[in-house]
Amino acid sequence: MTSQENYVAYQTIIRKEVVRFMRIWTQTLLPPVITQTLYFIIFGKFIGSQIGGINGISYMSFIVPGLVMMAIINNSFANVVSSFFGAKFQRSVEELLVSSTPHWIILAGYVSGGVLRGVVVGTLVFIVSFFFTVPHIYHPFLIIVFMVLTSILFSLGGFINAIFAKKFDDVAIFPTFILTPLSYLGGVFYSIHSLPEVWQNLSKLNPILYMINGFRYGFYGISDVNVSVSILILITLIIILAVYSLDLLKKGTGLRS
Amino acid sequence: MNAITISNLKKTYANGTQALKEINLEVTAGDFFALLGANGAGKTTVIGILTSIVNKTSGSVKIFDIDIEKDHMAAKKMIGVVPQEMNFNMFEQVQDIVVAQAGYFGIDHKTAIRDSEIILKQVELWEKRKSPSRTLSGGMKRRLMIARALINKPKLLILDEPTAGVDVELRYGMWEYLRQLNAQGTTILLTTHYLEEVEQMCKNAAIIKTGEIIKYDRVKNLLQLLEQETYVVHVEKIQAIETIKMYNPKVIDDTTFEVDISKKERLNDFILKISNAGMIVTDIRPKGNRLEKLFLKILKQ
Repeated sequence: MTSQENYVAYQTIIRKEVVRFMRIWTQTLLPPVITQTLYFIIFGKFIGSQIGGINGISYMSFIVPGLVMMAIINNSFANVVSSFFGAKFQRSVEELLVSSTPHWIILAGYVSGGVLRGVVVGTLVFIVSFFFTVPHIYHPFLIIVFMVLTSILFSLGGFINAIFAKKFDDVAIFPTFILTPLSYLGGVFYSIHSLPEVWQNLSKLNPILYMINGFRYGFYGISDVNVSVSILILITLIIILAVYSLDLLKKGTGLRS
Repeated sequence: MNAITISNLKKTYANGTQALKEINLEVTAGDFFALLGANGAGKTTVIGILTSIVNKTSGSVKIFDIDIEKDHMAAKKMIGVVPQEMNFNMFEQVQDIVVAQAGYFGIDHKTAIRDSEIILKQVELWEKRKSPSRTLSGGMKRRLMIARALINKPKLLILDEPTAGVDVELRYGMWEYLRQLNAQGTTILLTTHYLEEVEQMCKNAAIIKTGEIIKYDRVKNLLQLLEQETYVVHVEKIQAIETIKMYNPKVIDDTTFEVDISKKERLNDFILKISNAGMIVTDIRPKGNRLEKLFLKILKQ
């Protein structure tokens, strides 16, 4: 295919993805906003008012970046895993497999769909946070970098999950048993400096910690970890998952018999 | 030029099932070719490999002289496929499905919209263009898959049992449409269980049995292999049927029976014999679906 044809194929996948998540916005956009709003109310307002500040900022302000990032992670992952597994389940993925769309365009299209949903939901949660506090913006460029890189990473994760999933249960296992615990333990609600040293060191093995802290740095200029290291970890993981996804597509794992 | 050249193609699935045992097959450009075989014979595996849904174990496949392994993107551009099972998103609208398929082949949106209108009108689905695909009837879904397969103007159209579950009137309409496509130069590879379809439309055919091509010839030549034909005979009243037992008569009711008449014999001799038996013939016709009989005969061998 020529680069123009590749671009058309890429646009086609993205258009389908956006139409899909916008058509079912009550399932894709609304629930995460409601969930995160509840976090703002319960943790930020009710409990946070008794906790006091962390690193010189109010508890409500402290949890805003973490909750936005959590929404981005969950939704970019969920978008790709549900859409691609749905296509596998209905066998409509064969439309792509029999076409001349290159594998990297298929991957780029689905990942871009995931990034768009992640960023849209993240932005909505961020807007809702203004009802509770006015977050400070220290480094807008870093905020965008962390939003985009994190959603790319978890979209790739969703893609790989969908490739290996054989039934709907398999789609839920990774988010339930790995993604959610790692997000909660990734410093959304606390600074790891408040933990004993052993737990601090264990927390540093959690990649989501680096994403949340890097993102928080973009708002307040504070982080439990080095922001450059966070970006490096994100880029490294993205490269690893992208290469692995392309290899799976080339071999036809989970797609071709 | 060959539209399809299959050489020493083997496929063994992960569970150990050997679906194809080194098959060789050539389909000439412009042909209307039938691939026949019982369920599980390997037809869908062949189609799966041609369309990149199934990975081959060994051998080579060329589409218009392009090796699907060396340049699968170029090979795929020449193919349109109508699979056996419905494989579109049930929640998408009819025209969106066809337009998206065009997009996957790199056809720009404006052209895709224009071409989808032409094709959907041809397959009589234009009125349903805004309907979610799940609301279509079985026959409409089949036609939607044909429309989708044609949107990239393929030189080779592969149809895996396209008329399964389609009513008679619609089936005849689809036959006519496929004949027109073939006359316009599209090579067609068809698998079907309706052998009448093959007899009516296909020029050449291959019969596949447990992963091996066991017959490969012109449909006309294959029919010559039938040594006898079954006729349905209607008489005013059946009597002295034992006098024609050499024709293996099967009585259907008081006025109807079937007989097998060898191709070496003259029909006139048979009529003379039943006249001598005192029966008055009111109608006589071939039972039809001769290929089905031949197919069963070849498979039994």
